[in-house]
Amino acid sequence: MSEYNFAYLDEQTKRMIRRAILKGLAVPGYQVPFASREMPMPYGWGTGGVQVTAATLVPSDTLKVIDQGADDTTNAVSIRKFFERTAGVETTEKTAHASIIQTRHRIPEESLTEDQVLVFQVPIPEPLRFLEPSEVETRKMHSLEEYGLMHVKLYEDISRHGHIATSYAYPVKVEGRYVMDPSPIPKFDNPKLGDMAAIQLFGAGREQRIYALPPYTQVVSLDFEDHPFEASKADHACALCGAEHSYLDEVIVDDSGKRMFVCSDTDFCESRRAAGHVGEQAA
Amino acid sequence: MTPLLSVQGITKTYGAHIGCADVSFDLYPGEVMGIVGESGSGKSTLLNCMAGHLVPDAGQVVFDTRSDGPRDTVTMSEPERRMLARTDWAFVHQHARDGLRMNISAGGNVGERLMAVGARHYGQIREVAADWLDRVEIHEDRMDDRPTAFSGGMQQRLQIARNLVTGPRLVFMDEPTGGLDVSVQARLLDLLRGLVRKMGLSAIIVTHDLAVVRLLADRLMVMKDGHVIETGLTDQVLDDPQHAYTQLLVSSVLQV
Repeated sequence: MSEYNFAYLDEQTKRMIRRAILKGLAVPGYQVPFASREMPMPYGWGTGGVQVTAATLVPSDTLKVIDQGADDTTNAVSIRKFFERTAGVETTEKTAHASIIQTRHRIPEESLTEDQVLVFQVPIPEPLRFLEPSEVETRKMHSLEEYGLMHVKLYEDISRHGHIATSYAYPVKVEGRYVMDPSPIPKFDNPKLGDMAAIQLFGAGREQRIYALPPYTQVVSLDFEDHPFEASKADHACALCGAEHSYLDEVIVDDSGKRMFVCSDTDFCESRRAAGHVGEQAA
Repeated sequence: MTPLLSVQGITKTYGAHIGCADVSFDLYPGEVMGIVGESGSGKSTLLNCMAGHLVPDAGQVVFDTRSDGPRDTVTMSEPERRMLARTDWAFVHQHARDGLRMNISAGGNVGERLMAVGARHYGQIREVAADWLDRVEIHEDRMDDRPTAFSGGMQQRLQIARNLVTGPRLVFMDEPTGGLDVSVQARLLDLLRGLVRKMGLSAIIVTHDLAVVRLLADRLMVMKDGHVIETGLTDQVLDDPQHAYTQLLVSSVLQV
């Protein structure tokens, strides 16, 4: 523990990242460039989120790390261990007990409070990237609010699939100004982004961008008048806890095509089961 | 009558090399102007300066805007200029690939300008796109195909539809028929002529093909080494060229 500075990064780096975070909070949805550091994990494993978490952590914090909603997958376990070792902070799997939650691709089902910070890992922060390859051009489009192209993507979806088929990383407009990629969360989670009590921070390590949503920010998912946004999920109840309004993972259970749907938020599912809720396949 | 576009003293140099020098002219509503000259004579430089793709070293490009009357587009702010470029102006590139989004369906390509100016109703966007594809003779069932699946002539027609969908008043064309075979060229020219006349468009057409300007342009400007050497009505310049270079240009056309 003593071999590392608190939370791995040196103080000057944390200071630089905090400045980027503050700027991001001051201009919601704007991508702030920052000098991303090499972290002891590969790109794509949450190097951006880890740096934001490291810069935000204080010794009294309680950290929760989730990966696709789960507390017990490789990514979540290794990042949790990383901060246990380098920061010595308390960790938890309980959403309500955590003061900082680093997340990959989900927002917890339980609603968050003003005392909490949600840190997202972002692979590609630029929502316009696959439509406009030039960074110079996309920056200009952001600064001049030229967002017609974003709707071209949704148009293509409808013309090809009959409905808006984008189901994750669904673009949103923040406070009527910046169009933002909410990281690859399912669009089921999009309505939770807006008006949330907790601070939401987004870190992209490889792409060297940080952006943020302060509490109670207006976030609107883009859509067409005749094809409105719809927060979709699998049309089932959780097989373990019976929850009907949580986001579900489809799990294939044998090689003859049998499957079950379970909550992707493991903590949510477990606490429901502890409270006595039972799904149809609960053992 | 106020000219739609008034170009005054446009000069653009690339270091010591002259792109175009001291070019001035007025373009009136509904008028089609042709700019001809050999490769390297500064036609495209001039066109790009007028369309705002290049910043001229000197001179003014005054456009008669819908809201505030004549404004110098060189000195106006970039958001305003970009707004003009996607509403009142259109730019048809020589290579359709430069003007189209190749990985987006034909309908999406036509709809992009509509969405850029705020259209948010899928059904209506699609209707307008279908109407425009029909006007440029692309069948409606090709609407959801990508331009990569189109022939060169179709791509060029798609580019024209995409540009005209917002009802621009001024169209810049850079060799619109270059690289197409003659029969496709003829159809494209026919189509362009029809559209320009029907919509009362003003257009500036840069080309080295004299047949194109004969067919489309009301007035002609001949450029050589960055300078305008002769201007006049198209038929007048082509039938009775005064300048030695224009005479050479006219007599160089192959007769079949």
